[in-house]
Amino acid sequence: MAKYLLQRIASALLVLFLVVSLTFVLMHSIPGGPFSREKQVPPAVLINLEERYHMNDPLSKQYIDYMKNVAQFNLGPTFRYEGRTVNDLIKDGLPKTATIGFIATIFALGGGLLLGTIAALWHNKTPDTLATFIATIGVSVPSFVMATFLQYYLGYKLGLFPPVGWNNGAFKNLVLPSIALGAFPIAQITRLMRTSMLDVLSQDYIRTAKSKGLPGYVIIGRHAMRNALLPVITYLGPFFAYILTGNFIVEFVFGIPGIGQFFVTSITNRDYSTIMGMTVLFCSLLVVFNLLVDIAYTFIDPRIKLTGQKGA
Amino acid sequence: MKLAQNLFEPAKSQISAEHINRPSTTMLQDAWRRFKKNKLAMAGLITLASLILFAFIGPYLIKYNYYTNDLMNQYLNPSWIHPFGTDALGRDTMARLMYGGQVSLAIGFVSVLINLSIGVFYGGISGYFGGRIDNLMMRIIDIIYSVPDLLYVILLMVVMGKGGLLNIMIVLGIVNWMGMARIVRGQILTLREQEYVLASRTLGASTSRLMLKHLIPNAMGPIIITSALAIPSAIFMEAFLSFIGIGIQPPFASWGSLAAEGRLNIPSYPYALFFPAAAIAITMLAFNFVGDGLRDAFDPKMRK
Repeated sequence: MAKYLLQRIASALLVLFLVVSLTFVLMHSIPGGPFSREKQVPPAVLINLEERYHMNDPLSKQYIDYMKNVAQFNLGPTFRYEGRTVNDLIKDGLPKTATIGFIATIFALGGGLLLGTIAALWHNKTPDTLATFIATIGVSVPSFVMATFLQYYLGYKLGLFPPVGWNNGAFKNLVLPSIALGAFPIAQITRLMRTSMLDVLSQDYIRTAKSKGLPGYVIIGRHAMRNALLPVITYLGPFFAYILTGNFIVEFVFGIPGIGQFFVTSITNRDYSTIMGMTVLFCSLLVVFNLLVDIAYTFIDPRIKLTGQKGA
Repeated sequence: MKLAQNLFEPAKSQISAEHINRPSTTMLQDAWRRFKKNKLAMAGLITLASLILFAFIGPYLIKYNYYTNDLMNQYLNPSWIHPFGTDALGRDTMARLMYGGQVSLAIGFVSVLINLSIGVFYGGISGYFGGRIDNLMMRIIDIIYSVPDLLYVILLMVVMGKGGLLNIMIVLGIVNWMGMARIVRGQILTLREQEYVLASRTLGASTSRLMLKHLIPNAMGPIIITSALAIPSAIFMEAFLSFIGIGIQPPFASWGSLAAEGRLNIPSYPYALFFPAAAIAITMLAFNFVGDGLRDAFDPKMRK
């Protein structure tokens, strides 16, 4: 276990190093610097700007400096928000993004597992059709359209929830963004859970449990669901990636000043240091999360032996 | 009980038992036969065909084009003259939808063609040679995979400059090939151990012949399924790019950019969002049904 952990952490660090380098190279290969806009900046000002952001240093020095800073969790200044660093933006935005992501996760996991189980229990009956229908809508409507429809109809027309704003994290402000964010994963999880539940329900041990005379909720809860969960856990990695990137849109539509919105604005503003910093942040979060998911496997499914993996 | 003598006569064999009565079918014919029986998949296929006709033949049948402004007729509600209404500059929404459909569908097909070529090539090499090469190549994929593709797409789009159609196709194509490569590699890895490959190799077939004649054709099922399911996700991703402003730029349009434009004034004119969104959703559904149908048609486990 310890050996595996070390290996995984080493490879995670390697991934991060490569991603940071790649981002650096990409961002510095864009034709025109970050200060070239439609309105020309006077040359003297440009020189000053470059001096201030150390952009006249040789590229190799810039790269090493950036790497050093990133290693100390310092993502540098922003080019567009005067006097603020990328770290400031993250400090401001990350709690908001995390809150919405967390609620959306509960909503998607809870809802998806429930819908999938219901669909499997009433296979080919009305609840199944209904759950499949919801799942199909969830994967076939782009999230920004979904978010806009929710915002307009539930928020604006019916006035059930505030259509925009963060409002210091009041729960009613979080409902619509979380639903919009969870719509796609809830559909995926429902489909996964339905298939794996159908598979498990036809197993011998379920029949044994039934013939022992166990009550239905014990059979479903203790024997069927726990075994059916495995494919869903495999999906958690991509799921978390989706929650992170899906947040770009949801925060933008609902006007929530989280890191997703900062990222989208930094793209349109060509704020390269922020784009870079955010990319590094997203990747680090993902890599850490994937590591956690992998470790969680061992506890959930004892059949998986991490040390016995191929090549190890 | 008396047994009649004639019960013990040998059966007359007029037809040789070895004779195959039905014409032999290829894998594709087989799959198509099963696919035809799947109603949902057929509905998806017909929907797709109509969408393609709508996008590519439609513009010749209506009298409006996608770029001419008509400032006297802004924001018209759907009517017989403009079946889907008009937009902020008085352009006919149906004409723009048709044009946007061309762009969206082209992006879907071409980018998947690119990712298919890269994926089959990469996965084929990795699976065929196996061993250390395979290990290294799959490690690289693992690394690329651990970052969400959306981030790459955004970074590359920022680097390549805003949304030319070709840029979008290339970026989406070079970002999404890892899944395909993994699937092809897995297929090749099992296929290359089969007896007919051994037989062919014994007869002196070259590597390229083995690849092109035996391995890749036999891996075709999963390749087709993956492609069918990759097209809608490419269309989705383009919609996302258009939404954050680095996709197709006006006056050109895609379904994604039309929907992104439309959502800006949804309180006063919801049609501008509704129609492109519906077009995207219908395409998604159709592709997913076709993809699922293909999976059932190609999956040997489903054979009855």
